[in-house]
Amino acid sequence: MNAVLIALLALPLAGALATLSPRLLDGDRALRFGVAVTGAELALAIALAAGFDYHHAARMQAVTDADWIPAIGVRFHLGTDGVSLPLLVLTALLTFLCALYSLRNLPAGPGRPGPRAFTGLLLLLECGMLATFATLDLLLFFVAFEVVLVPMYFLIARWGGENRGRAAFRFILYTMLGSALMLLGFLLIGLHAGTFDITTLAARHGAGIPHTTQVLAVLSIGLGLAVKAPMFPLHSWLPDAHTAAPTVGSVLLAGVLLKMGTYGFVRILLPAAPDGMAAFAPYLGAFAVAGILYGSLACLALARRGAGGDLKRLIAFSSVGHMGFVLLGIATLSPTGVNGALYANIGHGLITGLLFFLVGAVKDRYGSSDLDRLAGRTGAALYGRAPRLGALLGFGAVASLGLPGLAGFWGELLAMLGSFHPAAGLSRSTFLVFMVLAGLGTVLTAAYLLTVVRRVCMGDPAEPAPALAERGGVLADVRGYEFASWTPLVVLTVLAGLWPAAILGLSNPAVKALLGAG
Amino acid sequence: MNAMSATLAVLVPLLPFLASAGGLLTGRSAPALARPLAVLPTLASAALAIALAVRLGPGGTLDGGTRLTPTGSVPIELSLHVDGFAALIAVLVGVVACCVQVYSTSYLREDPRYASYAALVSLFTAAMLLVVYSGDLIVLLVGWEVMGICSYFLVGHHWETEDARAASIKAFLVTKLGDVPFLFGLFLLGADAGSFRITDVLHAAADGRLHHPTLIALLLLCGVAGKSAQFPLHTWLPDAMAGPTPVSALIHAATMVAAGIYLVARLLPVFLLSGAALVVLAVMAAVTMVGSAVCALAQDDIKRVLAYSTVGQLGYMAGALAAGNRDAAVFHLITHGAFKALLFLSAGVVIHAAHTNSITAMARMPGLRTKVPDAFWTMTLGLLALAGIPPFSGFFSKESVLTAAEHAATGETHGVPEFAGWLVLVAGLVTALLTAAYATRLWLVAFWPRTAADRAAADPAEETGGAPAREADPHAHAHADAHPAEPAAMRRPLWLLAIPTIALGVTGLRADWLPAWFDGVSLRPSWTTAVLGTCVALLGAAGCWLAWRRAVAGAVQAPAGTAALPDETPADLAIAPGGPALPETELPGLPAPDPAPLLLGPLLAPAARGLGVDRLYDRCVVRPVTAAASLVRFLDREVVEGYVQGAGWLPRALGWLTRRAQNGNPQSYVSALLAGSVLVVLLVAVIAR
Repeated sequence: MNAVLIALLALPLAGALATLSPRLLDGDRALRFGVAVTGAELALAIALAAGFDYHHAARMQAVTDADWIPAIGVRFHLGTDGVSLPLLVLTALLTFLCALYSLRNLPAGPGRPGPRAFTGLLLLLECGMLATFATLDLLLFFVAFEVVLVPMYFLIARWGGENRGRAAFRFILYTMLGSALMLLGFLLIGLHAGTFDITTLAARHGAGIPHTTQVLAVLSIGLGLAVKAPMFPLHSWLPDAHTAAPTVGSVLLAGVLLKMGTYGFVRILLPAAPDGMAAFAPYLGAFAVAGILYGSLACLALARRGAGGDLKRLIAFSSVGHMGFVLLGIATLSPTGVNGALYANIGHGLITGLLFFLVGAVKDRYGSSDLDRLAGRTGAALYGRAPRLGALLGFGAVASLGLPGLAGFWGELLAMLGSFHPAAGLSRSTFLVFMVLAGLGTVLTAAYLLTVVRRVCMGDPAEPAPALAERGGVLADVRGYEFASWTPLVVLTVLAGLWPAAILGLSNPAVKALLGAG
Repeated sequence: MNAMSATLAVLVPLLPFLASAGGLLTGRSAPALARPLAVLPTLASAALAIALAVRLGPGGTLDGGTRLTPTGSVPIELSLHVDGFAALIAVLVGVVACCVQVYSTSYLREDPRYASYAALVSLFTAAMLLVVYSGDLIVLLVGWEVMGICSYFLVGHHWETEDARAASIKAFLVTKLGDVPFLFGLFLLGADAGSFRITDVLHAAADGRLHHPTLIALLLLCGVAGKSAQFPLHTWLPDAMAGPTPVSALIHAATMVAAGIYLVARLLPVFLLSGAALVVLAVMAAVTMVGSAVCALAQDDIKRVLAYSTVGQLGYMAGALAAGNRDAAVFHLITHGAFKALLFLSAGVVIHAAHTNSITAMARMPGLRTKVPDAFWTMTLGLLALAGIPPFSGFFSKESVLTAAEHAATGETHGVPEFAGWLVLVAGLVTALLTAAYATRLWLVAFWPRTAADRAAADPAEETGGAPAREADPHAHAHADAHPAEPAAMRRPLWLLAIPTIALGVTGLRADWLPAWFDGVSLRPSWTTAVLGTCVALLGAAGCWLAWRRAVAGAVQAPAGTAALPDETPADLAIAPGGPALPETELPGLPAPDPAPLLLGPLLAPAARGLGVDRLYDRCVVRPVTAAASLVRFLDREVVEGYVQGAGWLPRALGWLTRRAQNGNPQSYVSALLAGSVLVVLLVAVIAR
């Protein structure tokens, strides 16, 4: 089992190195190579999940523990449990789908490097993302966390759309600033506890680390993770990055990178510095709820006619709202809330990944993602002009607004149920207010998503849309490769919604262990 | 036995669900499959629901379940809880859904989106059946909200039209507004009872373990008001008429609006713990009943009249619940389901034939009766049931509601405040009067046109005081011949539904018939309310008829029009597929006689607009939210963006400063070096001391 996990990390790294050789992989062969490697990765991830012992989801499995830098006690410690396994599988799946999608739809043109560079960066990105979820050492976690930034920077800066340079620059500076703070926090914890090992720290539940140190550590690590999540008001890099990023970049950014932030909260801060988390939980909850309301109101403003709202920017802001639910779940410090947060992580990865694919497809077809130009006076009538694309967009929107029976629902439900019963020691009335505000947020979320559906999917087909007329007036429906890369997300969204125990059954024992509740 | 019943109960919602999945997947690739896939599983599901009801028999219950998912606290279970209420309502849902599906095969014959439409209707049915059978409140919530999204998609079926786009979004958001407090109510209920299972919750209510009954009941009522279209969350229902007519039949008769009433009936022991909640429910029901009846009287669109009538009839059911009698509420729910489905489906046939929704436009069309005789007769039966004229089913169930209110008012029902009983009783009687009036108005205006030919013969006929002129315009028959009769798939469901519309009422008369399936409370009307209710209904019908006669006379004397021609007559031709509109019939310019202005007087205009509730929402909800959204846009552009830009300014300023120092002038470098050295020497000297 541990060989599988090591192979999961080594394979993309080896693949990325292989793309350095121009003779081996030129042109489209590089893209096919990328599909093969990410496909093998997905198979490995599924093998890992198949070999996982579901009766002991709280225990670390597939563990590798070796000395790495003995001088400062840093170890090469890998492993997975019920918290990280779903995220590993999600990452492998999304990367594979992105590779598949890029096979036919890689932005090319002057100033854009070729497919070989793209594949190399994608594989490096995958390696970093998987490593983040698999490492059990603070410094290794930091390394993996940082490795991700480099390929993502280039994906945005080289293959992106308008304003890509500025957006990529802002993305990397913002997250680097957060990471610097995070590293300080890691050092603080490591020096006080005498170890960087995450499992050891988790087993101690903060014993041996003084209260003030915990508070300081949570503040600095939490800020770094909150930038990544992103938490309101540290979100402003996200809409720009998403708007400029290519479709594949947006999908991975929303589907995986944001989860690294919230995963860090659950994996490191909750068990290692429980006192510090308890001190900051009400503030985290407040910012989370503010993010929910702020994100959905910003989306409402963008969705209005005449606002000139960009569809990709809107979905990005919707991520701020959805990640607000994840952060709220974490802030409750209760098993229910944290389970909800982990579930919402997966749900958001599937649904927003799908939405970014769809919005990217709309942008490809129309040459613009400006809502006003797409919709014209009455709406773009995708239901009529491209029925399958329209139906998928409708599905994505409905899933995103948290319809029960789809993947978006259980996370929101449990986050709110968690704030109904926050952990002992937290102010119940404060969290009740958070719960009510979050409930209001679900209504606003429904409002803007249905407005988007109304303006993009519905409408009078007889009315010419300005953006379409410039492109000859013909709109292609879903193509084969698009269908192949979107179907798994649709299927999993439905399955996860109908059978929530698939994820909650895994995370529940692990979360209880992390919170020290048995 | 039990395993067999449980299998049946699982299959009942599962079959339509699988049908909808299949329909959505194959709809475009195999359109020929759409029809069998729509009709057969629904038929099978209805048959299984009947089989399950027969197996359970009166008084039988079925419980069972399995863990759906852990949550970290109260787990969620996938469980069944079928008792008499659930079994019979599932039969109603199955039968109405079958009628709607069969009817739709013909009504939407030429619709290119029939496949997705039928699949959504199946999903809608499955969701309602899940609500009916579910033994876990969170799973019930799943069905509850899936119904909301199905109604959203189906109301928006004609998304080419602005009306449908606006109505669909409104239907979802208004019900969602109620669903959020509803969810919190479920949380509180689950927390107090320690479980989300309905049986556990009811045990907890019986043992007095629920610590916040009033709060729970009020929170739940928000969701009920949204789903069951009670004031103040009723506004989505009249607008939802933008959807195809069979969908209206489904929403109004068997699914969606029935869910709220059903939920309260299921959890009535919880509501009975709180007198305050019952009073709130009674006030809600009373306002809804009377207000909707006034609005119904003023509508011109036949479907909107029926929609407001649904709101009112749901008010009766809510009233019965406020009076603490769920047997009467569910009895009325079932009979109403039958006759309201009948009314909508026959209205669909009429609209199909007349190519308009407007009853005043129909009033200018001669021969509508003879063109669609099935629809005319079945609609007459449905309206009689709606008006509560004996011996139709609506009479018995409505009287059982009024009797329940009477018992509550006289203090015979334990735990129900007398005030609630009085309120429901008085409002119910007023509504009975108004209901009979608007049912009569609909029937007279739509089916008894006053054309030129009528008018020529009108005066003598009316001097003899007989019924409205019988002889139809001669070329009406020609029309009827030219326009083939409606297909059997649209006519047969009408007559199938006519049977319960006529006969279902008597099942409440004997204690071992319908009441045996419920709590065993007598559903027989008391003499006082029966006589009073019937008199009031007849009075309403007669008043309306007199007003109509005056309107007719006025129209004859002054053809220029004293009778108002409602300004908004949205001829929703998108609904009637195929076929050109009838040639604008005989008297295009003349207003049709309408009793509404005489009956309502100055109230007509506000009632036609729904008494201004929409404007209230616009002021109190829509505008503040849009303002907040604009504020956030401003904040994001100016404030959040501002500090990011500000953070960028600091390193830029530092960079500017250090660049200044690198000016390439050796003199300044050496001076700086000298100054630095002096500083170091001074520091060392100071520290060394």
